[in-house]
Amino acid sequence: MELLGYLGDGFATSLMPINILIVMIGVTAGLFIGAMPGLGSVNGVAIVLPITFIVPPSSAIILLCAIYYGAMYGGAISSILLGIPGASTAVATTFDGRPMAQQGKAGLALIAAAAASFVGGTISVVLFTLFAVPLADVALAFGPAEEFALVLLAFTTFVGLGGDDVLKTIIMICLGLVLSAVGLDLISGDPRLIFFDQPGFYSGISFLVLAIGIYGVGEILYTIETQKSAPQVTPAKITFRELWYGLKEINKLWKTMSFGSFLGFFVGMLPAAGATPAALMSYGIAKLLSKKPETFGKGAIEGVAAPETANNAASTGSLLPMLTLGIPGSPTTALLLGGMVMWGLVPGPMLFIEQPDFVWGLISSLYTANLFAVLVNLALIPLFVWALRMPFTVLCSLVFVLCLVGGFAPSQKLHDVWLIVGFGVVGYVLRKADYPMAPLVLALVLGPLMERSFRQTLIAEQGNMMAFVERPISGTFMAIAALFFVLPMLKHIKRLLRRDLSPAE
Amino acid sequence: MLTADRVLAAGIMVLSVYFMWHASALPIGWNGMTGGPGGGAFPFWLSGIMFLCAGGIVVRSFKDSAPFAKDDTPFFDPDTLRSVVVVTLALTATVAALPFAGAYIAIPVFLLWYLKIYGKHGWVLTGALTICTPVFLFFFFEVTLKILLPKGWTEPWFFPLYARFF
Repeated sequence: MELLGYLGDGFATSLMPINILIVMIGVTAGLFIGAMPGLGSVNGVAIVLPITFIVPPSSAIILLCAIYYGAMYGGAISSILLGIPGASTAVATTFDGRPMAQQGKAGLALIAAAAASFVGGTISVVLFTLFAVPLADVALAFGPAEEFALVLLAFTTFVGLGGDDVLKTIIMICLGLVLSAVGLDLISGDPRLIFFDQPGFYSGISFLVLAIGIYGVGEILYTIETQKSAPQVTPAKITFRELWYGLKEINKLWKTMSFGSFLGFFVGMLPAAGATPAALMSYGIAKLLSKKPETFGKGAIEGVAAPETANNAASTGSLLPMLTLGIPGSPTTALLLGGMVMWGLVPGPMLFIEQPDFVWGLISSLYTANLFAVLVNLALIPLFVWALRMPFTVLCSLVFVLCLVGGFAPSQKLHDVWLIVGFGVVGYVLRKADYPMAPLVLALVLGPLMERSFRQTLIAEQGNMMAFVERPISGTFMAIAALFFVLPMLKHIKRLLRRDLSPAE
Repeated sequence: MLTADRVLAAGIMVLSVYFMWHASALPIGWNGMTGGPGGGAFPFWLSGIMFLCAGGIVVRSFKDSAPFAKDDTPFFDPDTLRSVVVVTLALTATVAALPFAGAYIAIPVFLLWYLKIYGKHGWVLTGALTICTPVFLFFFFEVTLKILLPKGWTEPWFFPLYARFF
């Protein structure tokens, strides 16, 4: 009951006219960003973050979350109408969404995607509301040792579950952590890693600079290289009859959608997993459990609903560890976390005690964001069809300008603008060679917490390294982290053994 | 692809050594003064791990089972590499021009080049975006957020606007 009281207070905040307006602007912007090929929620949040100074912090985070949500809905639009996923999270939606569009059922596919996203979003927000307080209560018992173990656990999920090259993943994590150490030493205050004696490095490297570089400039460079010709937009119109028919069809898919929502929520909580694998897993399982698996890939409405519920649920799932533990569940939430720190809010269990208005305002705004996202999504479909015809060069030039000016605005140093261009080019090259970018951004955001908790523990325990394993909660985290770390090695050994057993190969 | 993979890994090894050299300016072992690891320890040892992993990639690349071992495709797509290089150069030139020509010259010139010459769009679209973008930037950043963008020698042109809006 107490929960409902909190939520009621939250709605009092989120239903204020200014916040409703912000949610509407956010989801509309998010839908457009998500619908643009090459740009997803993380790019949208990175590019828009510097200009959120215009509103107070609580509204700024609501705006960014609304963009995050909108982008998750929007990703499906280009998957269906262009056959190009708006973001990697919507890859699985192309499998059946594109064939449906080619069969002249683009409108139905869009309705299915929007309705499924709504279901996924809503179920996951309810789960979020239920889990947030207990998780924050557990996290209250955390000391520096537990914090360190938890951050380490977050990083090892990339090694064990990320699916990328293990060596390259470790390099990117270490690079992010080293870059987070630039500036002044946390404890002694001595300057360190001041490259080329540039005074700009004294204030450290902002996560925003890295994010705008990689997800703004780098992403556009990557898209310039990979997109050779303009894609064909499938026209789509939605009539009320189609909407009614679509909703009736979607109503039959409750099993697929509830499963996708639960799966997405829990997979989304893991830093290394997130919306893309959640959507792919949900698609795979829906196919496996379907009575007509042969229709998958040829325009099955279930094949659109399954990934769309999961990717929306995952985006909510990734907010949970960010808000309750201070450990982001995805690159986008890492940016939200960085933004909150910039505004003077420290995510983590104390936030629930010190700033309940903010926390519950934010949680309740997720409900309203979901509702507005589905309404705006369906209402503006003709506009999206028009926007997708926008020449790519127009979009690129405007994103570049926003990156340069947005990168300059927070610190007002040209040094940061140079870093953005540098990170953009380096990020583009590294991405081409399969170096994963998410661990880099997460490491830069979590680096200071990791170093501080590590050194605080060692100072308090007089250098006893065993302190991390001896404490029960931190010991458990360390054990799981160790398991994730050896997982790729075990897989490798298994592969080698199998090869030895089958010499004919 | 394989060569590029090796070159990048070697580059990361060099970068790690550079980081380690920088980090070693502070104590990298146990700090007797404050207790706990020294200020340079965290970046130093992490750079060490980076060095070892990058070394691992180089060593691995000589095995048959290495990623990209049988991948003969060029690292950069020759058809579109030119576009990427040209856009990067234009972006660099724009940033270089910011301190002296100011945002309100550098950005419109960049847009004009990008839309008209690189994107081959018509004058109406190019003109509209080239003029509207700086106007929007001025009202959004300078008037609303009170964040002054660099203006270089164009600063005196803005005095009447400052007088009007601030």
